[in-house]
Amino acid sequence: MATEFVARGADLELVGIRREFPGFTAIENLDLHIPAGEFFALLGPSGCGKTTTLRLVAGLDEPTKGKILIGGQDVTGTKAYQRPVNTVFQSYALFPHMSILENVAFGLRQRKVADPLAKAQEALELVQLSHLAQRRPAQLSGGQQQRVALARALVNRPSLLLLDEPLGALDLKLRREMQIELKAIQMEVGLTFLHVTHDQEEAMDMADIVAVMNKGRIEQMGAPEKLYDRPHTAFVAKFLGQSNLFTGQVVEQNASSISIDFKGHKLTVPKDRAERHSGLVTIGVRPEKAMFHEVQPAASSDVNIIGPGEIIDIRFTGVSNQYLIEIPNIGQVTVFAQNVGKSPVVELGAKVWVTFKVEHTFGLADNPDGATADNDAVDGED
Amino acid sequence: MRKFSLGKWTLPVYSTLAFIYLLIPIAYTFVFSFNDTFKSNISWRGFTFDNWVNVCDQQGVCEAFGSSVLIGVISTLIATAMGTAIAIAIVRYRFKARSMVNLLLFLPMATPEVVLGAGLASQFLSMGVDKGIVTIIIAHVMFCLSFVVVTVKARVASLDPALEEAGRDLYASPSQVFWKITFPLLLPGIMAAALLSFALSFDDFIITNFNAGPATTFPKYVYTAASKGIPAEANVVGSAVFLFAILVVVTVQVRGAIKAKRLAAIK
Repeated sequence: MATEFVARGADLELVGIRREFPGFTAIENLDLHIPAGEFFALLGPSGCGKTTTLRLVAGLDEPTKGKILIGGQDVTGTKAYQRPVNTVFQSYALFPHMSILENVAFGLRQRKVADPLAKAQEALELVQLSHLAQRRPAQLSGGQQQRVALARALVNRPSLLLLDEPLGALDLKLRREMQIELKAIQMEVGLTFLHVTHDQEEAMDMADIVAVMNKGRIEQMGAPEKLYDRPHTAFVAKFLGQSNLFTGQVVEQNASSISIDFKGHKLTVPKDRAERHSGLVTIGVRPEKAMFHEVQPAASSDVNIIGPGEIIDIRFTGVSNQYLIEIPNIGQVTVFAQNVGKSPVVELGAKVWVTFKVEHTFGLADNPDGATADNDAVDGED
Repeated sequence: MRKFSLGKWTLPVYSTLAFIYLLIPIAYTFVFSFNDTFKSNISWRGFTFDNWVNVCDQQGVCEAFGSSVLIGVISTLIATAMGTAIAIAIVRYRFKARSMVNLLLFLPMATPEVVLGAGLASQFLSMGVDKGIVTIIIAHVMFCLSFVVVTVKARVASLDPALEEAGRDLYASPSQVFWKITFPLLLPGIMAAALLSFALSFDDFIITNFNAGPATTFPKYVYTAASKGIPAEANVVGSAVFLFAILVVVTVQVRGAIKAKRLAAIK
């Protein structure tokens, strides 16, 4: 049986983890360290290996290679029921034949903790559901079930709490509420949270550290603001928010910056914001940091200019307008403009130039799939 | 001006006829269990409760009924336990020859009973096993097993594997997970399978007859008695079993309806 149950969370370390399934490799070679007490998000598209990683940590699956350490102790060979880890499952997995209270008390009873029902009741109070203790799971709404699942895991005070897309089944409004609540609970109990999600907003909103995972590898890891400001790979640039990417040969460089030739346009990025300084380099900018102008702006060393192009689509999203600008021989560029009452008034078909400050650009370590010096600008996806 | 609508009358008339057709043998058996018989129970001679009150007076009826119940209970227990384990294995685990196992399990259901019974009887003969209650039980377990697997399998398939994983995650060992989570959740399916196999075992005649030797079950008793006239006590036992089954079904239905109503009220 698991013995050490601590009030505070423990750190998690994955060393050289590899998981092969017949026919494919879910995780190639994963090294990860999550400090105690952190809210850590593992973000990636479906099939990237993030859920497999979670299952390995929970002990529901075994790695082909590598070690898992919780609080410095090697737990690789132990079974799920021996690990001081609890999971909030995507489907909640509440036991349908037990009352809510018995569901929450289940882990306590298994570990023969004194007074399980009183402690379970306390945990239900934490998630504000103590009045539903005698109900069955089927009588609760999705959001309530989600909170019961959380209480059932938290009541055991695990060193590590695993969350497998726990908000995926909730509607947007409830989801935002639960995000705030979950974050508050994490701060209150001080446990280490490992949150797996494909929702980039959710990851950035809640986590202290976000690791973006793709094809069984971690592409980049860091604080949400840093990841957003300085994505290192084309995948991160497109998965975490949207990006305009431009690929070209480096044609000029000085002490502080490099410039690429992008189909006749010179685009500059500061050296300390670029991963590579020679050869074929991809430069990107976030759509909200780009602007457009109806008169040709004067050339400046601080600003990158491309154009002229034509506005081919305007999408109103409430807080901002999203403009899609088609530039002949170059491709499409996306620009977001806040609806603050003074945004440029333009119509479809207007002729515009796009500018963005050199200090807002970032240079990637790789190039988008299939990109060459003559490739079109690559537009990010939502 | 429509005096007669064919469409309006066809369905009710057809349904009534179909039910009469279905229920006549049962009604006949039930009515003649109250017949004041003399030598044979073929013509109606008068109403009496004697057959019901003194059901065990007739030589062999209650003994045959008793061994049928005994055989039914033991075969059901064995077949249900084995079948449940097989069902879980087939749904939960990927192993070699899994689809082959599925197919082979279906075979006993598709094979004519005469063939199964005769085949098993010749096996017992060549192995020199004395026929009796034990051989009947072996035979019954054999043909009940497939039905149990099919019934329980459907239930296992509808069980979210995450529930068992949640159990493991919440510090339950594999055996605790089985008894606290898997088993209670499969119970409705297991009960249905058990009732089905008891019913199959209780009224099996063909396979039993091949493998019974000197032992007598209720169907075998009725069959033997039929040549010289079935005693009214046999009708009593048959009717009683029928009434009991109806009672069980009605109870379950009523309980289910009450539960559903309560659930709806809370929501």
